[in-house]
Amino acid sequence: MTYTEVDNVEGEAGNFKVTLLKKPRYIIESKCTGCTTCVEYCPVKYPDQFNQEISKNKAIHIYFAQAIPLVTYIDESCLYLKDKKCRICESACKNKAIDFNQAPERIEVKVGAVILAPGIEAFTPKIGNEYGYGKFQNVVTGMDYERLLCATGPYEGEILRASDKKHPHKIAWISCIGSRQVNPKGAGHSYCSAVCCTYAQKQVILTKDHDSDAECTIFHNDIRSYGKDFERFFQRAEKLSGMRFIRSYTSVVREDPVTKNVTVRYSTNDNGVKEEEFDMVVLSVGLTPPAEVKKLAGKFGIELNDHGYCQIKETNPMQSSRPGVFISGAFQGPTDIPESVFTASGASSQCGELLDYRRGKLTEERIFPPERDVSKEEPRIGVFVCHCGANIGRIVSVPSAVEYALTLPNVVHAQEQLFSCASNSIREITDITKEKGLNRVVVAACSPRTLEPLFRETLRDAGINQYYYEMGNIREHNSWVHSKEKEDATDKAFDIIRMSVARARHLEPLKEFDLPVNKTAVVVGGGIAGMTCALSIANQGHEVHLLEREKDLGGMARKIYHTLEGLDVQAYLQDLIKKVYSHPSIHVYTQAAITEAFGYVGNFTTRVKSEKGTTEIKHGAAVIATGADVYKPTEYLYGQDDRVMTHLELEERIHNGDEKVTKANSIVMIQCVGCRNEDRNYCSRICCGESVKNALKLKELNPRMDIYILYRDMRTYGFREDFYRQAADKEVKFIRYEPQEKPQIIAGESQEGRPVLKVTATDYVLGSQLEIDADIVTLAAAIVPAPGAKEVGFAYKVNLGMDGFFQEAHVKLRPVEFAADGVYLCGMAHYPKHITETINQAYGAAGRVLTLLSHDTVIASGSVCSVDEKKCMGCSACAAVCAYGAIEIRDTKQGKKAIVNPILCKGDGLCNARCPTGAIQLKHFTDKGLFAQIDAMVPNLLDIAKHSKPVMREKEVSTK
Amino acid sequence: MCSGRIALEFVLRAFANGIDGVFIGGCRLNECNYITQGNYHALNMVLLAKRMMQHIGLNPDRLRIEFMSSAEGVVFAEVMSDFARKVRELGPLGYGESLDENVLKARLMEMTALVPYIKVHTNEKLGKRLLEPSEYDKFFTQDEVDKLVNEAPAYYIDPQKCQACMICARRCPAEAIISNKGEIHIINQEECIKCGTCFDVCPPRFGAVTKIVGLPVPLPPPEGQRAVIRKKQEKEVA
Repeated sequence: MTYTEVDNVEGEAGNFKVTLLKKPRYIIESKCTGCTTCVEYCPVKYPDQFNQEISKNKAIHIYFAQAIPLVTYIDESCLYLKDKKCRICESACKNKAIDFNQAPERIEVKVGAVILAPGIEAFTPKIGNEYGYGKFQNVVTGMDYERLLCATGPYEGEILRASDKKHPHKIAWISCIGSRQVNPKGAGHSYCSAVCCTYAQKQVILTKDHDSDAECTIFHNDIRSYGKDFERFFQRAEKLSGMRFIRSYTSVVREDPVTKNVTVRYSTNDNGVKEEEFDMVVLSVGLTPPAEVKKLAGKFGIELNDHGYCQIKETNPMQSSRPGVFISGAFQGPTDIPESVFTASGASSQCGELLDYRRGKLTEERIFPPERDVSKEEPRIGVFVCHCGANIGRIVSVPSAVEYALTLPNVVHAQEQLFSCASNSIREITDITKEKGLNRVVVAACSPRTLEPLFRETLRDAGINQYYYEMGNIREHNSWVHSKEKEDATDKAFDIIRMSVARARHLEPLKEFDLPVNKTAVVVGGGIAGMTCALSIANQGHEVHLLEREKDLGGMARKIYHTLEGLDVQAYLQDLIKKVYSHPSIHVYTQAAITEAFGYVGNFTTRVKSEKGTTEIKHGAAVIATGADVYKPTEYLYGQDDRVMTHLELEERIHNGDEKVTKANSIVMIQCVGCRNEDRNYCSRICCGESVKNALKLKELNPRMDIYILYRDMRTYGFREDFYRQAADKEVKFIRYEPQEKPQIIAGESQEGRPVLKVTATDYVLGSQLEIDADIVTLAAAIVPAPGAKEVGFAYKVNLGMDGFFQEAHVKLRPVEFAADGVYLCGMAHYPKHITETINQAYGAAGRVLTLLSHDTVIASGSVCSVDEKKCMGCSACAAVCAYGAIEIRDTKQGKKAIVNPILCKGDGLCNARCPTGAIQLKHFTDKGLFAQIDAMVPNLLDIAKHSKPVMREKEVSTK
Repeated sequence: MCSGRIALEFVLRAFANGIDGVFIGGCRLNECNYITQGNYHALNMVLLAKRMMQHIGLNPDRLRIEFMSSAEGVVFAEVMSDFARKVRELGPLGYGESLDENVLKARLMEMTALVPYIKVHTNEKLGKRLLEPSEYDKFFTQDEVDKLVNEAPAYYIDPQKCQACMICARRCPAEAIISNKGEIHIINQEECIKCGTCFDVCPPRFGAVTKIVGLPVPLPPPEGQRAVIRKKQEKEVA
């Protein structure tokens, strides 16, 4: 339900009554086909909200190109709504989808749980701000620039300056606008928005794609590339020609009255304050809670934190203060896409835990008639040509296309339809298919992307295998791009229909098979991630086998005593372990090692050796939560001098009240030890927070202690920035160093003759050498992949990334899944992360597991590859290109032969292109079908092709 | 189906049908929504196909691959208009290259027939990921492809040595070997895909299959004179 707001919420967890207010869009959604003819006719031009008001849109419009549902709405700029004039759109709409009589509608829904995902807004600098936004035309925000870069943006993907519509050549980005503000009143927020460093780098890379000579400069305070693979992304941006990263506070000074160029003032280490002119300045604006968040919180009766985001508990960051109301995404705080996806899936898993007893009670299965076997029949093809209102019909002569279709071989029926996707037309296709005994259906309309599934169902309704359907795209590929060449467009429609019919003749019925799903899960790794995930799965009625390599559960969290935000980690861990052991559906295996694992989604077998002996577990899903380890430093006298220790060792000593550390005069903490270097080209993400935490704790115990943190970039992203500032306020000294000039340590004596560690480093602010006498030096040692990760990966046929952490299926979109179905990922096995983030991802993985385990079967696509053994020469080229390991080479009497496991095959067809003999064929996209389509492109060739000798011989192989 | 599914033979088929230009659109490189990155495969195939086109005198600009996202309608429109303009400049297939229609057709057929052989010899390379556009041009050199095509072998069964054991015939993926019982086997050169399977599987004690490069293939013995000369018998005769 889009364009709908929540009006009121009553009730309690498991039984809410939510009143919704559906705003009138003045469009009957079920009738609108998204053809946008009305938009063309609408006379009102209005600043396009989606394109940051840089360009214009109409009063009736689709909000943006990929909107779901893809239907129009009418906004307040409409002439009729304002003055009761116009109504042009009504007459333009052939489907009568416009209804000006719509009024706000109150809808009451009964739900068991609520997920709040209100998202964020981009910070907008106030008029009169120090950066000239709103005053100087060529100062834009990161959000404005994002639209400028986009092909569907205001200038169709061209980056143009507002002042003269010319391409800017020299562009500056200014970071931390509205974020990390010391005095947040008016200027924004105290927290770090966590995403801007990387989005600015992305914008630079895209800018260079547009104009490889562009000169780009990013002014920043720290580069916070703390996310997975962000460090490499940063390096990619850094290496671009004409690209500069300048660490400096920056202000916008003036605009040139003639050229409208913008002058920026900044400071440098060597040359003092400098001024420089740019064609355009992009303000990397931060994130801010949505404008109406307080109203929303009031309606739901939930608490917000000081920053205006949801008040959450560290142990369950998806739970709001009201039971039954969960949250996901950036409502937790500034968040990147992968974390938003974890929490979305995680919140759904928690709803599942709450409502599991009612699972499946409201679902109804759709019943289709039995399928008629038509494989022996001659093709009888029906062609339906769609007008798409005026979209196609106005350009292409649909009646002549119908007439033409009737002349094609095997076409026994052809007709036109106003909107083939409208429900009456759908019924008509089903009825005609039955009545005329059609066994293939071609719909010539739009792109198969949106509507193919719908049309396939019409065939199923008619008792025909759904793979007998073919779509010809005469809209996007034709009428929309050839609107000025009507005759040619009609000819092209003939071509497209002829090609579709040619392919349709070669379509084959395919079976989508149901694989049974074993309802049990295996979770590998008994740390916070594994335990949280196991509990969430078990709470939804599934047996879980939890495997832990060590003697005890707990993992890395055993070494952590409290978090920056104040959680007592050991108490929480004990409670979690107790819950796991006392859960009747969780079976714990300690000192466990996987000896073998095989199978596929829904049907795995894992053999485990553990304290319990050898066990064979049959399960439907596996979660990898093997955690990570800490790097053992070899630098900075670690292991040679017992005054040098890691950050975790320091934490332990603080916890144990070791006076050597708590009573020390001076402590130096060195960041980035063992990572952000050639050996480990990534940021360990948690160490800046860890050191700030230790520093604050030490200051609390001994306020007079001198604490120095030697860092490269302080990466206290999100709300952690507040603690960084707190530490600075308490006079923890932050001194930056460069990787090529690392701090040096030698054992020595202080002036008073006290034995100390002498730490020397360059102070870039003062431009001088610093010498610090330290009693203790702590090293922020890198987080490294867990030992044994490789073996676990090998067992479940999933890959590790370049840095040795597990490689998820898609960095942004599928961060808890693997390319291999049925295997999931959470915790530090994926990448270093804080405890709250681990909990988010653990619930996220549980959510995905439940999506699989809550079904009795999984459906495997029919469009998979198969091998004609006779033609196979056993060269294994196919197996080498299959990213899913779906092809196996077996020895047979006739030599090596490839065989496809259809369950693992994803139907990309790369193997087909590689096979020298055409032995491996992707069903539904066979050589035969595609050659037929290629041949049919040339009209009079239909006959010639039959006589000329085809490339891959298409003769049927007789089975001997 | 991924752009990596587009096979070399599809492209050649289009040209053989007299199509003047072939365009392949793929997703943006490095932005695969799966883990296959198949667009790199499509790119490599195009680089190879261009060299094959050059080998037979066709202008390689008639084939183009571009990578773009579904949100880049404008880019697509620009690329297509530009490509159409380019192809129009080049003129009808063969005409712009001053190639006789029949000669062109014959050459395309010849290339097409070599596809299986070319695939066998370029397979490993076709899977590479070329991260820099500067690598594209030298990925397949003209010399390399010319040599590959010029040195395409033919396989021939020596009537003196064949013992009609049927092994090669059973293993031939193209069913190109005529193998009547007790008669020496014959490779139908029209059907042969030059994969070399027969060469590999002919028992070493017979060694009847020979690889011929650059020389005409001897004609097989006429029908009626194909009885196997058994090795044993041969000895007796001697």
